[in-house]
Amino acid sequence: MSPLHLCLAFSSLLFAVGLTGALARGNSILVLLGLELMLNAANLNFIAFWRFGPHGSPATGVVFVLFAIAVAAAETAVGLALIISMYRHQRNIRLPEATRLKG
Amino acid sequence: MNLPAAQLWIIPALPLLAAGLGALTPRPARRFAAAAAIAGMAGALIFSILALRSAAADPSAHSFSNFAWFDLGHGAVTLGWLLDPLSALMCAMVSLVGLLIFIFSLGYMDADENFTRFFCFLSLFASAMLGVVIANSLLLLFVGWEVMGLASYLLIGFWFHNPVAAAAAKKAFITTRIGDLGFLLGLVWLYNATGSTLLYDGGRGVLEAGPLGGLAMPALAGGMAASTGIGLLLFCGAAGKSGQFPLHVWLPDAMEGPTPVSALIHAATMVAAGVFLIARVFPLVSADLTQAAAPIHALTVVAAIGVITALLGASIAVAQRDLKRVLAFSTISQLGYMMLALGVGSWVAAVFHLLTHAFFKALLFLSAGSVIHASHHEQDIRRLGGLRGRMRTTFATFAVGMMALAGVPFLFSGFWSKEAILHAALEWNVSTLPLYAGLAGVILTAFYMTRLLCEVFCGAPRSEAAAHAHESPAVITIPLVILAVGSIGLGFLGTPAWPWLQSQLTGETVAARSILEGGGLTVLSIVLVAIGIGSGWALYGRRPRATESAPDPVEAAAPGLFTFLGARMKIDEAYAATLGRLNSLGAALADFLDRRLWGGLVSLLGRIGEGAGLMNTGADEAGINAAFDAVSGGLRRTGQAYSRAQTGSGQGYLRALAVAFVVLAFLVLMGGGR
Repeated sequence: MSPLHLCLAFSSLLFAVGLTGALARGNSILVLLGLELMLNAANLNFIAFWRFGPHGSPATGVVFVLFAIAVAAAETAVGLALIISMYRHQRNIRLPEATRLKG
Repeated sequence: MNLPAAQLWIIPALPLLAAGLGALTPRPARRFAAAAAIAGMAGALIFSILALRSAAADPSAHSFSNFAWFDLGHGAVTLGWLLDPLSALMCAMVSLVGLLIFIFSLGYMDADENFTRFFCFLSLFASAMLGVVIANSLLLLFVGWEVMGLASYLLIGFWFHNPVAAAAAKKAFITTRIGDLGFLLGLVWLYNATGSTLLYDGGRGVLEAGPLGGLAMPALAGGMAASTGIGLLLFCGAAGKSGQFPLHVWLPDAMEGPTPVSALIHAATMVAAGVFLIARVFPLVSADLTQAAAPIHALTVVAAIGVITALLGASIAVAQRDLKRVLAFSTISQLGYMMLALGVGSWVAAVFHLLTHAFFKALLFLSAGSVIHASHHEQDIRRLGGLRGRMRTTFATFAVGMMALAGVPFLFSGFWSKEAILHAALEWNVSTLPLYAGLAGVILTAFYMTRLLCEVFCGAPRSEAAAHAHESPAVITIPLVILAVGSIGLGFLGTPAWPWLQSQLTGETVAARSILEGGGLTVLSIVLVAIGIGSGWALYGRRPRATESAPDPVEAAAPGLFTFLGARMKIDEAYAATLGRLNSLGAALADFLDRRLWGGLVSLLGRIGEGAGLMNTGADEAGINAAFDAVSGGLRRTGQAYSRAQTGSGQGYLRALAVAFVVLAFLVLMGGGR
């Protein structure tokens, strides 16, 4: 197995763990945690393909990942704000109970 | 100073203006309303005298002034004023008698709260009559005629809070309306036949030779001339207004109005209008006399109706117990005389009698009004009596009126005009009936007037009111005296020895005759008057009625006849039993048809409409609506089905996303990267 395949296998595992967490947990914060894991699995793929693939520009993968991490941080801030306002509405942060937008 | 025909409109306009002012006058301004009415009438009198001077200057001329009222199609409706001795004399008579009646009303209506309204209506009445008199167009004449009908309705029903008066007003209006329908039809026929309603129009007027010749041609079935039909229709109107049998029934009931109104109706206006109309259109009514072969002449009918009315009125008057009703029936009888005179072809005698009758009948009514005023509205002659000493002026004037009406010879005007009529009847070669009827009427007239005079003024008072009566104030007695002078003096204008009036009216010099010419008839009628007065005096004057309940001498002699006459020959009852019942029958039939036949048809149509509506609704609901419902139901169900997927659970969506991604990735991989 080449290092690239190892990296991809690891990031797939990480993605599956994140997805499972996002789908299976009821707590919104843990769901958000799961989403972060999936995002980081994707970031890992970027780094792996940049490190072991044919070389383009010197720092493409790293720049991309840095952007993704910054966006993810902003996204997490929005997510946490949503969780707070969700708490204000229904006095808990359980995601399966947040079905008010259903038509 | 003269009044040309073009300015003739001033005469009716002045009272009309007074009526307008009276209508706007508030109720407390009594003096103003009365002053306006009397000033209007006095002005009309002054202008009438000027008009009379103009007319007397050339009696044979019919000077007229026509003007277009409004344009209609190719022509114009033309009206106009007519100035000839007939209209000028009538104007002078109407305005003089009207003025005296107005002045009398000042005293008579003094206590009435609707004083201003009364003078407004009186002015309107007089104005309408003056309008009739000066009209040169039958259409304008008809307008005045109808306004007069309205004014008579308002005045007869002046005390409308009394249901009898209200009913009498309605009766007068409806009865005369029946006649007016005939007038209107005649007018339309005349317009259709000649294209004009003008009386004189420089050769084209309906009373002038050209159109008259056409009208007199035999045009109808049986060789009747169109002028016969038109004349008879116009006579219908005249019969209604002038109280001729069978339309006389309104006239006695009109006594429910205030006494000045009775005087105005019976003397100057209203009933005079009918006789005036026939006298005015006499050339038209008599045009068919040129057709000797015609089955009937209009004038023959006029004479026959006159005969019936003269005798009917005179005999009913014998048995009436109401002071004013006796006078009312005497008016009917005298109008019969006038129609008789017209019928036998002497319209001059009819107009002469119309003028003298206006004076003495106004005098009699106003004297009766004075009696009624003095005795607190007691009109039953059985409850009056003994007023001779207490009301000397009224007695004297009433006696003058009575003698004029009875035809006491030589001094009184009624004698001369009645003689003129009787002589005209003598010369009529169709039938002698009018002459005999006229002579019989002379006895009856003298008899019932003597009865009336004796009952009211002789003997002892038979009621409290009569016992305490005293002479009326000067405002009432002065008009009486003036009318009494007129009742005497007017006769001398038309005596055979000096036939000024006849010359004026015919427009050619009538040769003076000695009074003794045709003296046999004169002597006979004087004898008949003497018999009438003598028998009246013998029955009522020699031993006056002692108590209110004492039987009338005639009643004692022939109770059945007296009751029959007292009930006015039961003509009203006969009308109620025949025409009234026919009318109710017709109404019932119409009601039945309305309810059953037409009502059924209408509701059938309604049902059909309803059924169509129901079918329409069914089709809508079952067909079109159901289809739309089905489509929208399907849409709704689809929507419901889809909405079930929207759980609102974020993780559910994510799960679906993950599954879909896996499936998509699988498909992409299996497809070999295509």
